[in-house]
Amino acid sequence: MSTHLRSSRAVLAALSLTGVTLLAACGSDGSGDTSSAAADDIAVAASDDSCDVATTDLQAGTHQFTVTNSGSKVTEFYVYAEGDRVMAEVENIAPGVARDLLVELPAGSYETACKPGMVGDGIRSVLTVSGESQTLSEDETLSQASADYQRYVQSQTGALLEQTTAFADAVKAGDIEGAKTLYPVARTYWERIEPVAEIFGDLDPIIDGREGDQAPGEDFTGYHRIEKALWEAGDVSDMGPYADRLVSDVQQIVDLANEETLDPLQLANGAKALLDEIATGKITGEEDRYSHTDLWDFKANLDGSQAAVQALRPYLEEADPELVGKIDERFAATQAELAQYQVGDGWTLYDQLSEEQLRGLSDSITALTESVSQVAAVVAQR
Amino acid sequence: MRGWGPGRDATGDDAAAGLSRRRFFGLAGAGTAGVLVAGTAGGVIGRATADEGAPGPAAATGAVEFTGAHQAGIVTPAQDRLHFVSFDVITEDRDELVAMLQAWTTAARRMTAGLDAGSVGAVGGGQYDVPDDTGEALGLPPAGLTLTVGFGPTLFTTADGVDRFGLADRRPAPLVELPSFRGDAIDPARSGGDICLQACSNDPQVAVHAIRNLARLGAGVISVRWSQLGFGRTSSTSTGQDTARNLFGFKDGTDNLKAENTSTLDQFVWVGDDDQDWLAGGSYLVARRIRMRIEQWDTATLNDQEQTIGRAKGTGAPLGQQAEFDPVDFTKQVDGEFAVPQTSHVFLAHPTNSGTAILRRGYSFVDGSDGLGRLDAGLFFICYQRDPATGFVQVQQNLRDDAMNEYVQHTSSAVFACPPGVTGPDDWWGRALFA
Repeated sequence: MSTHLRSSRAVLAALSLTGVTLLAACGSDGSGDTSSAAADDIAVAASDDSCDVATTDLQAGTHQFTVTNSGSKVTEFYVYAEGDRVMAEVENIAPGVARDLLVELPAGSYETACKPGMVGDGIRSVLTVSGESQTLSEDETLSQASADYQRYVQSQTGALLEQTTAFADAVKAGDIEGAKTLYPVARTYWERIEPVAEIFGDLDPIIDGREGDQAPGEDFTGYHRIEKALWEAGDVSDMGPYADRLVSDVQQIVDLANEETLDPLQLANGAKALLDEIATGKITGEEDRYSHTDLWDFKANLDGSQAAVQALRPYLEEADPELVGKIDERFAATQAELAQYQVGDGWTLYDQLSEEQLRGLSDSITALTESVSQVAAVVAQR
Repeated sequence: MRGWGPGRDATGDDAAAGLSRRRFFGLAGAGTAGVLVAGTAGGVIGRATADEGAPGPAAATGAVEFTGAHQAGIVTPAQDRLHFVSFDVITEDRDELVAMLQAWTTAARRMTAGLDAGSVGAVGGGQYDVPDDTGEALGLPPAGLTLTVGFGPTLFTTADGVDRFGLADRRPAPLVELPSFRGDAIDPARSGGDICLQACSNDPQVAVHAIRNLARLGAGVISVRWSQLGFGRTSSTSTGQDTARNLFGFKDGTDNLKAENTSTLDQFVWVGDDDQDWLAGGSYLVARRIRMRIEQWDTATLNDQEQTIGRAKGTGAPLGQQAEFDPVDFTKQVDGEFAVPQTSHVFLAHPTNSGTAILRRGYSFVDGSDGLGRLDAGLFFICYQRDPATGFVQVQQNLRDDAMNEYVQHTSSAVFACPPGVTGPDDWWGRALFA
């Protein structure tokens, strides 16, 4: 709920992207492959406890994966480069559904991951890509970072809209248990990209404002309004208009966000802003004060921050490899600290965490923030 | 490592060469310029060591020399303000801990000289750099800042016996948690700790700035366990200082050990060659948060108060005497009763009757009020000694029947071994311990 990015946006306008053409070309044939579409179709058989990728070796170029979910849980599929840099992802694959994913992979070592239930590190396999490697200039790597992150945002917004619609439908149907289950899931996609949403400052408080944040005369709307009805009142009979409003507001922000490309400095600041969100909203239990599902949001903020930083990774590896090492170490430490509280496909509720457990989480976020806060200066050095 | 690696300022050269916070802003007047930069002859207030003789009282705004045989902040004439913090070490990596102690030393060297914590400073870096100083001390003089570090028992061995950093065999035998005493109400959440920092200054903002910046340098290595702000020194540690009053309204520390008594300090305060080598020239710090039952005290008669303490409230004179520094006469009788009651605090705490001496360096605190509308206030008691067992513990055991116990309650407890002073430009806090 900060306006951090928004205010820095004007300042950063001067730092315009230089790689617009590269950006536009991303996803087709940047590695010299002449075919604009993928020639292959790699099957990924996903279930609740498996993630079988049809091949472990590929040639550099553009490939299509088709992920089929035969399990009972919603799953996600990722292709990660080193440091969990997201090369491609497909979100929100419902049971029985197949989804396609187009990804351009230069030579290198990758991991594929399915995340049944959307939690944890996922079921991983190694994927080796041989052939031409990518050599990009500094400016190109930064442009690539913006393009990669934009693609990440677009896959998140797609899932955000679907899951928020499902949540709203459950609310309108009076399905309290169903809505309670969907609430933290829908919010996961929101929290992963919240800094992007915050660019559109007037929509963010309408969608994600907490009770008491409204100006005089403004109605309390959005996720938290419905959260209160679900958990506190246990009655959503009057929530229909709020559910409809939430979907239309989310639709609006999704449209805006998909048009937006963050510049590298905004990525750096956004990665830090997401960690600040954890420190000020989730570790304090203020975000989800009725449902206490703060750790779902914690995880989403953390993943979103990691996605933004890792998009910058090729640049950072050249500019400050020592910092990259420290950031990797501290993301891993924070993920491990959080993993202690994973329960099945969810997380321990905030009000069941002890002071000491919260302090452990807080300490790891403090350390991680210290490292991530240095990324902006490295990016600005260019 | 960015941010807190030893870096180019590990030598301390930058501290000597850097601009002071005030000079940066062009505020240094001719009369104060000399005291602003570490090492400037004549401007730095000397700190007593056994071979240096007695210090004068620090100018309120001047700098206290950071290096020396002993750490500053022990016999340094007590400044007016305190920010004390105790840390848990959260890393398991000894190298990270060492790197932090080195970075701390560099920053402490700079800040005690009135400089920014880092060589870039609060506003000297690029627009997208995170400043390496937080900035709230810009324009402020050194204000007598001292930073004193100590190592707690749990740094060496955890409660369940784990040798965390390969230091177990270097743990000094006297460094053990204090025993419990009658009337204790110790809160574990504000007791103990692996490392402590004591920041004393005549300006509270300078003390807070120092702790804030050092805590920041330790991200990922340490985590603040508890902290305490103090105001109004309750002890004089030099003959050049007036005796201050504590929140009971009494002069406190009249017969404290003083910096000028170097042979007494060697006997009671400084660790000698009969302990761990790395600690020679250091001292043990005991910290106790002593809550005063202010409202009960304030409704006690003057006579009750004076009989409880054993001194006259106005002059500070021992009961039966005329002036503050008249020697206490425990044999003197008035109307057939001992002038200084045998249950009074002075009687029981005095070296004559406790058989030992400690260097007290406490501060008053008021942490707002409790839920019942009473002041949450008292004395944050700090003392230094050569061995806690023959120092604080011995004195406190002798206070078992102290009449003052009716009006106080100890709510925290901690003990730390403070290494000797940093001696050269390449020296750092704990070097001998980690060698």
